[in-house]
Amino acid sequence: MHNKKAAFLAAFTHTIPVMAGYLVLGAAYGILMDSKGFSILWSLLASVFIYAGSMQFVTIALLSASFDPLSAFLMTLAVNARHIFYGISMLHKYRGTGNLKPYLVFSLTDESFSILCSTKPPHDSEPKWFYFFISFLDQMYWITGTILGGILGSLITFNTKGLDFVLTALFVVILIDQWKSTKNHYPAIIGIASAILCRLLFGAGNFIIPSMVLILVLVTVLKTRMENLTLKNPPGEDLLSEDSPIAGGKHA
Amino acid sequence: MNYTTLQLFIFFGVVSLGTILTRALPFLLFPENKGIPKYMKYLADILPFTIIGMLVVYCLKNISLLESPHAVPEFLGVALVAALHIWKKNTLLSIGGGALFYMLLVQYVFI
Repeated sequence: MHNKKAAFLAAFTHTIPVMAGYLVLGAAYGILMDSKGFSILWSLLASVFIYAGSMQFVTIALLSASFDPLSAFLMTLAVNARHIFYGISMLHKYRGTGNLKPYLVFSLTDESFSILCSTKPPHDSEPKWFYFFISFLDQMYWITGTILGGILGSLITFNTKGLDFVLTALFVVILIDQWKSTKNHYPAIIGIASAILCRLLFGAGNFIIPSMVLILVLVTVLKTRMENLTLKNPPGEDLLSEDSPIAGGKHA
Repeated sequence: MNYTTLQLFIFFGVVSLGTILTRALPFLLFPENKGIPKYMKYLADILPFTIIGMLVVYCLKNISLLESPHAVPEFLGVALVAALHIWKKNTLLSIGGGALFYMLLVQYVFI
């Protein structure tokens, strides 16, 4: 049991920034659904079984149009296409996670993925439990936020405008940690440059799929060059040293 | 609300299914009893480094350089997060300090 406790505590520390972001965004979702006349049971259902932040906000818009399940499905694939990259990145890490695997795959959000790909399980714990607690805690934050928003929405009096910037900040911090962990900066530059270029060309609503295609083309074309540039860590290993990533402070 | 209860269940079911499909697709294509092709392993090693940059842009996708306040709060917020993180190397301080600063900017300065 000891190793599960270690995994839980490490996961909790790493997910604190996500907790702040998900409570706020989950509450925003709960408040919006409530304001559109949906009972909290519907927003709860969505946060449990869809559990995809941006898509849940899109559903609010879709729900005010007429019933069209096919276009809702296609819209979901388009909005969530970026998740395919997360699955590819977690293919080998998630091997051998047994009966936890379906949940680990189901709960692969932007934020959970960013923590999972940039942290390392504690030495005295089973990796699968560390992955599980990160994923599970994140969803609990999201669900708690949804409930709080649905119930207390109208009572929240302090101004939360801009609080969702914690998630932007989280990604910026991970980007910096990744940058320092390797000498090969091509991947980071390709990711940022492709996304900016496609955002300018295709607009805010339609740029993620073109960005993914461009990223795939570029990393494929540059494969040989990339493999010659030694990453600091051997392939398949975790990207950051255990004490650096999310918890921070330890090596300050 | 213009959906019946049954339509709502179908709607949420379809969105849930679509989301699960995008998350599960790579695992369905490469189940545990099959090897992972070398190219996919290469992508798995390289993609996390590209995706985080893409996610930063994704978070900032709605900013406009042309319209006031010309994304100044976002640039200052990101700059403070980066500066704090390079200086103090404390994740919670970088995120907390940056978000607090950004909130002050959008609530009191660039209203």
